[in-house]
Amino acid sequence: MTAFVGTRHLVRLILRRDRVRLPVWMLAITSLVAVTVAAIAGLYTTPTAIAGYASTAESPATRLLSGRPDGLDNTGAITAYEISVSGLIAVALMVIFFVVRHTRAEEETGRAELVRAAVIGRHAATLATVTVAAFASVVVGVLDAAVLVVGGLDVPGSLLHGAVLAAVGLVFTGVAATAAQVTSSARGASGIAGAVLASMFVVRGIGDVGENVLSWLSPLGWALLAQPYGAARWWLLLPMMVLAVLLLGLAAWLTAHRDAGSGIVTPRPGPDRAHRSLGTATGLAWRLQRGSVYGWTLGLVLGAVLLGSIGPDLNDMLDANPALKDFFAITGGDPVSYFLVTSFELLAVAASGYAVSLVLRLRSEETAGRAEALLATALPRLKWAGGSLLVTLLAVSAAMLLVGLATAGSYAVAAGDSGSLVQMTLAATVLAPGVILIGAVAMLLVGWAPRFGPLAYLVVVFAFVQTYLGALLDLPGWVQGFSPFQHLPDMPVEDFAAAPTLAVLALGVATAGIGLVGLRRRDLTG
Amino acid sequence: MTSEAIALEGVVKTFGSVRALDGLDLRVSTGEVHGFLGPNGSGKSTAMRVLLGLLRVEEGSAKLLGGDPWREAAELHRRLAYVPGEVNLWPNLTGGEVIDMLGRMRGGVDEGRRARLLERFELDPTKKARTYSKGNRQKVALVAAFSSRVDLLLLDEPTAGLDPLMEATFQQCVAEAVGEGATVLLSSHILAEVEALCDKVSIIRAGVSVQSGTLADLRRLTRTTVVAETASPVVGLEALAGVHHCEVDGQRIAFDVDTDDLADAMRVLGTAGIRTLTAHPPTLEELFLRQYGDQVDPGDQHASGGVST
Repeated sequence: MTAFVGTRHLVRLILRRDRVRLPVWMLAITSLVAVTVAAIAGLYTTPTAIAGYASTAESPATRLLSGRPDGLDNTGAITAYEISVSGLIAVALMVIFFVVRHTRAEEETGRAELVRAAVIGRHAATLATVTVAAFASVVVGVLDAAVLVVGGLDVPGSLLHGAVLAAVGLVFTGVAATAAQVTSSARGASGIAGAVLASMFVVRGIGDVGENVLSWLSPLGWALLAQPYGAARWWLLLPMMVLAVLLLGLAAWLTAHRDAGSGIVTPRPGPDRAHRSLGTATGLAWRLQRGSVYGWTLGLVLGAVLLGSIGPDLNDMLDANPALKDFFAITGGDPVSYFLVTSFELLAVAASGYAVSLVLRLRSEETAGRAEALLATALPRLKWAGGSLLVTLLAVSAAMLLVGLATAGSYAVAAGDSGSLVQMTLAATVLAPGVILIGAVAMLLVGWAPRFGPLAYLVVVFAFVQTYLGALLDLPGWVQGFSPFQHLPDMPVEDFAAAPTLAVLALGVATAGIGLVGLRRRDLTG
Repeated sequence: MTSEAIALEGVVKTFGSVRALDGLDLRVSTGEVHGFLGPNGSGKSTAMRVLLGLLRVEEGSAKLLGGDPWREAAELHRRLAYVPGEVNLWPNLTGGEVIDMLGRMRGGVDEGRRARLLERFELDPTKKARTYSKGNRQKVALVAAFSSRVDLLLLDEPTAGLDPLMEATFQQCVAEAVGEGATVLLSSHILAEVEALCDKVSIIRAGVSVQSGTLADLRRLTRTTVVAETASPVVGLEALAGVHHCEVDGQRIAFDVDTDDLADAMRVLGTAGIRTLTAHPPTLEELFLRQYGDQVDPGDQHASGGVST
């Protein structure tokens, strides 16, 4: 088969290029499972606790997020219920990014041309990518099963859980491979595959809330309905494998029916003149980032709506689950308020990741050589960077305000009580200075140590760990202090305090300012 | 206005252990079209980026349009336009949008020029940048640069990827800009382009300027190739100081001679009775190949030392 010639070489190239990235993904997913297993094992030991958990899982928001709460009568089922959706989505994202990176992105940059001119068949690139993606999916599945077994869960259930994870990886390998044939841009391909993932999630979510047939129409629905520690529907692996094979066949057929470098969908022409706003650094930054600003804000707001709608049910959940109630009792105070504090902080951590990614765009503009074209005009460096920072600042502030409004709004609807609308909105907005400070750390690095810019994500990761596991880890105070959210008022548990809020904001502005000084002093690479 | 649009003196720029510019001198007078030549990796683009204020000079001094290119970058950039050799554009903006945006950032777009240039370069401004070929991306940068009226054009291999028709259009555009009083610094490997456009050239190698002058100056400094048939064998030619690579094949003789010694060589040749004679000055290719090559014999070193203009 000459169309597959050279696949072996490409597999080696892919493994060489992804020798860090892919293991990090696999390790992260495995750790996620391990952490959940450990946490659940400690919390639900008695039949009462397990029964309590099952009764809390009946709320529509939980069904939407985690699936049908069937057969939650053992620790395994609870673990699977807690981990499955996030694990499945993580595996799907891993293979989507991986497949697009090694197929369409290679064609878009022109590197694929260099490779195709060698003794490499038409389908070799896709086959090599799919092979490695399938391998990675299976490895994740095996690791998942191993972690579950080590965590004390029964072997057949754990094997099925791992197998389902691997099967979802294969399905999305097919989805991404097909999407990569359709558009001519890597971003477009990732977007299509991501949209497929989102719609599969929503379709099964609606089905799970309404207990109807829609759950059975989505591959993510099949994955959840496999219920490894309950119904153990092994046969659901079959439709997943069939779908994966069909999608890969479709991808191969599309590859054979298009020119290298082009997609199935031809790009449409755009405007011949620039909009009035596209003449300043701020205008350009907005134009380049508005897509991701809309996407992120929408995601954060949806998360906020879900959290707000769970809030009022929390007291019922706690009544049914003494263990969880004890957990909140340690922290002291009203559980609902604590739940909201943690939720707001988690959303703020997500917004911080988004702020860092926006700021780091400055660096990618520089390394791609596009900053050079701008700075050869009368645009001063500080205005160039300032435009991006302004868009970031406004975007994250607006996002946190909307998060507050959305949580407060959905809480008010769910609880039938709009008394704390203003307070909740303020509670989320008050975290914006923390988000800004983390974004400013990215600017500091871009200014003074541009190659280490991505290290700013470490602050995000730390803030996440601190928020998510803070009470369990019990780190020394000075270590906790590295998360800016630690210094901001924990509304609505605490009252609003202007001094720390303004101090964090001022620190953020100063940090960004120092970063800008560095940017003005250093050479620009390109 | 100062008489020198560009003045680099002893500029040093290092990247780690690499000395990209090692005491570079470059002078370009106002209104001049100056060719900037050198092998790949010799520091041409680094020099351009120093002039654009993207890189900071470590030693020596740099002046651009009478100002400091690092400190007054933005102000000076109102008066110049730049075309890089490798044009990177925002994949989701159209060519038209990029041209407008860069023009506005420079201080304004001349609508008439923009429209004429789009037509002359046959560029479709409605296509997304990600769909442009290399040549078309290059055209976007050229249209953006030529559509505002500027004092200085910094062109870093601007025609890489253009077809011969577009190359001709490019040369017309440069000539028109010069007619309006612009100064041009043109880095290029297309010697025909350099010959057609440039008043003066500077050749750099390993971050140092090795030769600078008018093309005629450079030619004069090098050797003429002579091929002749004579009535009787030539005697004593090889002994002349300026004669090199002398090959005798019976009555036929071929040799290179330094321009200064051409008269002496002709006298010796004349005594043997010239029947046919062809003599040609070095082609630009020969000229540059000798300058680019690593081996430069002492005679050339001497010559380059004396040509500073």
